[in-house]
Amino acid sequence: MRNLLNLIYKYHFFLLFILLEGIATSMGIRYNLYQKAGFVAFTENISAFFNESISSFSDYFNLVETNRKLSLENTILKNQLQRVYRSDELFFFGENDTVHRQKYFFTSARVISNTVTRMHNYLSLDKGSDQGIQPEMGVVCSEGIVGVTNGVTRNYTSVLSVINLNFHVSAKLKKNNYFGTISWDGSDYRTVILNEIPYHVNVAKGDTIVTSGYSAIFPEGIPVGTVEEASVENGSFYRIKVKLFTDFRHLTYVDVIRNLQKEEQKKLQSHD
Amino acid sequence: MINSLLRYIFAFILIILVQVLILDNIQFSRYAVPFLYILFLLILPFETPGWLLLILAFFLGLTVDLFEHTYGIHTAATVFAAWLRPGVLKLFSPRDGYMSNTRPGISDYGVGWFLKYSATIIFVHHFFLFYFEVFSFHHFFSTLWRVIVSSAFTLLLVVLSQFFVHKPRNE
Repeated sequence: MRNLLNLIYKYHFFLLFILLEGIATSMGIRYNLYQKAGFVAFTENISAFFNESISSFSDYFNLVETNRKLSLENTILKNQLQRVYRSDELFFFGENDTVHRQKYFFTSARVISNTVTRMHNYLSLDKGSDQGIQPEMGVVCSEGIVGVTNGVTRNYTSVLSVINLNFHVSAKLKKNNYFGTISWDGSDYRTVILNEIPYHVNVAKGDTIVTSGYSAIFPEGIPVGTVEEASVENGSFYRIKVKLFTDFRHLTYVDVIRNLQKEEQKKLQSHD
Repeated sequence: MINSLLRYIFAFILIILVQVLILDNIQFSRYAVPFLYILFLLILPFETPGWLLLILAFFLGLTVDLFEHTYGIHTAATVFAAWLRPGVLKLFSPRDGYMSNTRPGISDYGVGWFLKYSATIIFVHHFFLFYFEVFSFHHFFSTLWRVIVSSAFTLLLVVLSQFFVHKPRNE
């Protein structure tokens, strides 16, 4: 026993190193392999406090750009409204309509922190569960797709960005509806990769990629980006470089999408 | 004793705040990402016992992880760098060893010594950190390039910080 204690004392530096490094490495590996939503929610409270104060300051620098985007979006919305009036089709179907149920509900939120230079990029939003946000909801901005919520506290939300190695979403070519999976390869925050499009499909530079709506997180047709380069790699599938519509360096306001029929869709899809 | 303890606590908080509030918000390139917080590990006194070094490194890394949303990655890299610190100090030790009442810094041991010492620790730390973050060797050379550029950036900030801090003489 004495010898053992002596031995531990003699090598305590190395043993302590192994212990602490073991804890840290297993945390890191688990983080790399799975999304730890619970832990994210816990730490989000701490870091969001700091980030919000920085963000309220840095928002001023983006005012011009934000105004421009808001007015642009206003115009687009007005145009849509005009169409709705004329066709007299969609305008009266609110949530209480029993035939045409409203499926998606948008909540606006402000981005209080955002990274683009890491391999695992996250955003934080200034709304949380008190405002109806839950984990695994889609996040979009006026240009296109932004990410998926993963950790939610009462007043803050952390969002897994599209430019995060752990992000995957189903997307399709707008012109012919062939679908594949969008993921990020960690190289450039302006481009993502679309895989699993069969090579016989006609893909041209400039084709628009939108979400497929298969996942119950994003509605169909949310803009993702345009085809920048398509190459066939090992076998029968394209590896398509997609230039994102969303400029991740200038995100200020985003919309969180709540799918009102998510549980129903998930329940059905889990049967197969 | 109490005075210097307070100074290190203050340095810890200040370095973390600079990292989280300023450096994490700059992001001018994905190749040059400075992690100045490692400075805290570099400036600890020569006499710091090994176990304390490891525990401090663990909490330093964990604190940064909290803010970066990267659980365990910074912790693992910082503990690893702390483990190597005594060896690196021994490797670069002057002929007659380190004098008591001196600290690892430019004012006591000169620019050349400080560059060698901090560049080694920073490179080891960043190497571990970036490869663990990517979690694969797929983009081996692009990651290596990020390690080198970011290390140089961090080293620059660490050296600048040496001229920034007022040093009371002979306590």
